[in-house]
Amino acid sequence: MSDKILLAHGSGGKLAHELVERSFLQAFSNPLLTRLDDSATFDFSGRLAFTTDSYVVNPIFFPGGDIGKLAVCGTVNDLAMAGAIPLYLSLSFIIEEGLSQEDLTQIVSSVQKAAKEAEVQIITGDTKVVNRESADRLFINTAGVGIVPEGVDISGHNAKPGDKVILSGTIGDHGIAVLSQREGLSFSTQLQSDCAPLGKLVAEMLEISHQIHCLRDPTRGGLATSLNELATQSKVGIKIEEEKIPVREEVSAACEMLGFDPLYVANEGKLVAIVAHEDAEAVLNKMRQNIYGKNAAIIGEVRQKHPDRVVMRTGLGASRIVDMLVGDLLPRIC
Amino acid sequence: MKFVDEYRRSDLAQGLLRRIHQNSTRKARFMEFCGGHTVSILKHGIRQLLPPTIEMLSGPGCPVCVTDNSDLDKAIALAKLPGIILTTFGDMLKVPGSRSSLQEVKADGANVRIVYSTMDALQIARGNPAMSVVFLGIGFETTAPTVAASILQAEQEEIKNYYVLCLHKLCPPVIKALLDSGEVKLSGLICPGHVSAIIGSKPWEFIARDYGLPCVVSGFEPLDVLQGIDMLVAQIESGEAKVEIAYRRGVHPEGNCAALKLVDKVFEACPARWRGIGVVPNSGLKFRREFERFDAELAFEFDPGPTSEAKGCICGDILRGVKTPPECKLFAKVCTPERPIGPCMVSSEGSCAAHFLYGATYE
Repeated sequence: MSDKILLAHGSGGKLAHELVERSFLQAFSNPLLTRLDDSATFDFSGRLAFTTDSYVVNPIFFPGGDIGKLAVCGTVNDLAMAGAIPLYLSLSFIIEEGLSQEDLTQIVSSVQKAAKEAEVQIITGDTKVVNRESADRLFINTAGVGIVPEGVDISGHNAKPGDKVILSGTIGDHGIAVLSQREGLSFSTQLQSDCAPLGKLVAEMLEISHQIHCLRDPTRGGLATSLNELATQSKVGIKIEEEKIPVREEVSAACEMLGFDPLYVANEGKLVAIVAHEDAEAVLNKMRQNIYGKNAAIIGEVRQKHPDRVVMRTGLGASRIVDMLVGDLLPRIC
Repeated sequence: MKFVDEYRRSDLAQGLLRRIHQNSTRKARFMEFCGGHTVSILKHGIRQLLPPTIEMLSGPGCPVCVTDNSDLDKAIALAKLPGIILTTFGDMLKVPGSRSSLQEVKADGANVRIVYSTMDALQIARGNPAMSVVFLGIGFETTAPTVAASILQAEQEEIKNYYVLCLHKLCPPVIKALLDSGEVKLSGLICPGHVSAIIGSKPWEFIARDYGLPCVVSGFEPLDVLQGIDMLVAQIESGEAKVEIAYRRGVHPEGNCAALKLVDKVFEACPARWRGIGVVPNSGLKFRREFERFDAELAFEFDPGPTSEAKGCICGDILRGVKTPPECKLFAKVCTPERPIGPCMVSSEGSCAAHFLYGATYE
């Protein structure tokens, strides 16, 4: 058998079945998936969270992860940002013919590992193979469902004046790690993408406080864009302190070199929480005990003043408005 | 981060600011030549922290911004030719020419690629021998040596499919043109940092000598800029006018001789057209005769079409320091970094983009 994915692997015929059995069923084996019906069916009770995302990152392998890990973490994190416990994912591959079987196997293995860590099951999926140059090696779409526990009400609309803004760790790691691998730009760095599932971190935060008002994962557009979204949705102002925002030295250095601002660089394993001020310290301490929150910091607060605006106190003590990302900073980083 | 954090130290900045506030008694208007300075001043909020005696004005030091529409049209026409890969620094992609932009012709099928160094463009030429690879040579004295190096490398390797559309510009002649026009009254100049790393501080001496203006070559971190302003204030208050360097870690009075030699070997000075300023003698670079075969303008036949300017855009006035971005009717309304009308809103060093991104203050 060829060691490359051929158009026939997406035909629905014999090769396609072989691919599903050999590559996917073994890796993701669970009772809901292995029935191989057209739809997976399952029972649930309570409030459902439902989300979808497509992953087109280039290159598909990057330091600290690959497109498979990203496709699980990204969707799991979107569920977690609603306070939901992630349960099930769908997994769709759009493969450009010629992708090596070895690469596919490695990506499937990453999906499996990430799903295991995030405690989610892949219960339905699809594979299409397209002509050369109709896709860029591999695109993945995942959709996810999760259950929102009773009493949890997290939304971008819930920020209130006086709340504290907590960031779970250093910003810009993913964007710069991916960028460091791009053709024509390869610079050597020890930096790894922060790509990680945040469901457990969120669950632990919810154990400590019922006053977590907003959660957001600052992916494309970075921290600045997420904070602007929250300020607009909640019709509040947000003030942050430049000096409180954790940034790795490697990220600072790359940003200086490339003319980027870490505030706008993507993250895939970070969250921003807006928490009632009386609970903020407790939530922060709890976050710091989790590996994905160990560098967490309170970076600012929500205010009545300047609704819809994010204002930052600069290191020199001046203050300026921090806008959303305009234009396209880095193409296809997720 | 080493070599950055030291130059952003808040305590040192406060000390410099205190001294500037204490010393500055006369009204002074300083032009920061470089877009990089404008960005630093706005991003760190330096304008808010200066005494009311000091006014900062942005100058024409953004290579993308000063590229004239007629030159952009040439690049766009070249990119549309079959068999050509046009390589460019990313900033140029979105800049609108008379009718289109490189981004638009790329979407229509032109082979336009972003590179981060001339050596990457050369690599693309090596890998695509059947194509002609053109590098869009934009920039001041800072980038010209890297282009010259790529030409010499191409010559040595006998790479036959590498060309440069040379739109390089030189800074001292344009400052002279600005000062001669008398349009803007200045009290002093923050001279470009990285341009001076190549050419040294001596080429600025005519400004102090002939125009009586204090000059300080400054770096781009907040402490560099504050030190530059502090030194300008000291000159103003003592009635002096000389060229000083506030960027000793990057700039030597003689400049970078090796880089200057490279440029001189490949290029010679020529007149150049600057957006909003017009043709300035000796402010551009063209290939010397023995390197003309690398000149994309001579190697290919193309029609850039008639030049036109966007209605209402005052980028030209902004580049001369006659107007500021918020004075433009299009600013932040019709013209935004998402949908730029003029180049100053596109470039990361553009004055309009810097005002749009960092200029808004609160409390």
